[in-house]
Amino acid sequence: MSDLRELYQEVIFDHNRNPRNFGKLDAANRHAEGFNPLCGDELRLYMIVDDSSVIEDISFEGHGCAISKASASIMTETLKGKSLAEAHAYFDSFHAMATGEDDVDTELPDAEKLEVLSGVRSYPARVKCATLAWHTARAAIDGGSEPVTTE
Amino acid sequence: MEANAVTINIAVPELDVERVRGEFPALHQQVHGKPLVYLDSAASAQKPTQVIEAVDHYYRHDHANVHRGVHALSERATNAYEGARETARQFLNAESVSEIVFVRGTTEGINLVAQSYGRSRLGAGDEVLITEMEHHSNIVPWQLLCEQTGATLKWVPINDRGELVLDEYQRLLSDKTRIVAITHVSNALGTIVPVQDMVAQAHAAGAVVVIDGAQAVPHLDVDVRAIDADFYTFSGHKVYGPTGIGILYGKQALLDAMPPYQGGGEMIKYVSLERTVYNDLPYKFEAGTPNIAGAVGLGAALQYVKGYGLAAIAAHEHRVLECAQERAESTSGMRLIGTATHKASILSFEIDGIHPHDIGTVLDHEGVAVRTGHHCAMPVMQHFNVPATARASLAMYNTQADIDALFAGIDKVKEWFK
Repeated sequence: MSDLRELYQEVIFDHNRNPRNFGKLDAANRHAEGFNPLCGDELRLYMIVDDSSVIEDISFEGHGCAISKASASIMTETLKGKSLAEAHAYFDSFHAMATGEDDVDTELPDAEKLEVLSGVRSYPARVKCATLAWHTARAAIDGGSEPVTTE
Repeated sequence: MEANAVTINIAVPELDVERVRGEFPALHQQVHGKPLVYLDSAASAQKPTQVIEAVDHYYRHDHANVHRGVHALSERATNAYEGARETARQFLNAESVSEIVFVRGTTEGINLVAQSYGRSRLGAGDEVLITEMEHHSNIVPWQLLCEQTGATLKWVPINDRGELVLDEYQRLLSDKTRIVAITHVSNALGTIVPVQDMVAQAHAAGAVVVIDGAQAVPHLDVDVRAIDADFYTFSGHKVYGPTGIGILYGKQALLDAMPPYQGGGEMIKYVSLERTVYNDLPYKFEAGTPNIAGAVGLGAALQYVKGYGLAAIAAHEHRVLECAQERAESTSGMRLIGTATHKASILSFEIDGIHPHDIGTVLDHEGVAVRTGHHCAMPVMQHFNVPATARASLAMYNTQADIDALFAGIDKVKEWFK
């Protein structure tokens, strides 16, 4: 029996109630939409990437469960100021953690903040809630035009 | 009042729920250390021992291909399969077993009608009329048909209680309407649709009516001749039978005039490389070796339900639903989605500020299984302007105690997310 507290850590409630970097970035030069068709979650991600490929600013809006909102909020905090190459490394590390393949790569600065979402490992139905924001961010970075879905 | 109550008691025997519960082995287990409270039967119902044993017995003793061999097992398998068809005929009060086609489920039943009946008849200028409360399986096949034929799809709106706006239905019906496709009971809202009246109106306009009975058959006594349905389809697994089997009822004259849906073995009388003579009804629509064990299980399930009687089941479920609705109305922050006057089995809700997915996970930890999401009825979600709902759905084995557990769970949800 897994403890619900592992999934819903206090930090998650905090980000769910007060999501950081929430809202539209009018000056965004990267943008992507993500959907989770299973639960109807919708997420729009905005980025301002400067000439040296650094994420100068990042935000998100949309609606979703506590896990997906907190994950998006923590992700925007993590990626702000990082290069696109670094963002890919965070994506890989987060994905490996959420799916239970590996722990987060603690060599990455601030990566330990992502660990509050590691509880989804014990909840297969909730892994996609945690990874939606990250898949959407990767789509924004890679510049695909199709909306991302978690299916 | 007193006299009425007595009359009802005589007409409708009380369902022996404890006995029913004893017949469903899956209900007696613990989930996350709590006794399972299964409130997701609208997605799929649990199976009674009678169904499990019928399928088991069939595979242990009687299995062979049907309508093929001269040997004993093939004969037994054929009898079991055709016996289930006769059970389904009686269950729906159809006139003839020729009108009972085994399909994979409601989805296949609707697709069969859309492609076989619709595609050969509809063209530009024709209209297909559905409703805003349909399951995706009664929307998408008609969208596909309209793309293929140039016909136009129209839909009847719902009001804020989740009932069809019947004035609009009357207004939308015209001599252009060729097919009306409606649900009998809404899977997302629980609304019972007045299909009998709607069929009469559709017939007056010259349209045929396809009824999605997936959510109705476990809860209502369905008589296809009283309804005068042209087509009526349902899935076995929602009425305590196996998955992958269902029934399409169609009026014989309509089925006779329709081209086959799929080609293959079983659906033929004669094949040469130049031409084929199709088999009689219902085999014309049953290409390939069918889901024999599924049919046997479905037959057992329908007999099981008939044994207790749908009137007794409906009365019991209605009492439990009414109690759940009253509790919901007095629970702060809880909003019911779907408050139709005539409802069956479904309690769709949201809780202020808490996403249904989070509700579902916390309830699961309390042993309470509910569905969360859009319930394959995204237009309904769009109407109520919600991304998703949590949905508790009842079956004949649910009790007042299950509702108590649900609301204790909802208190826990609110505690976690306060």
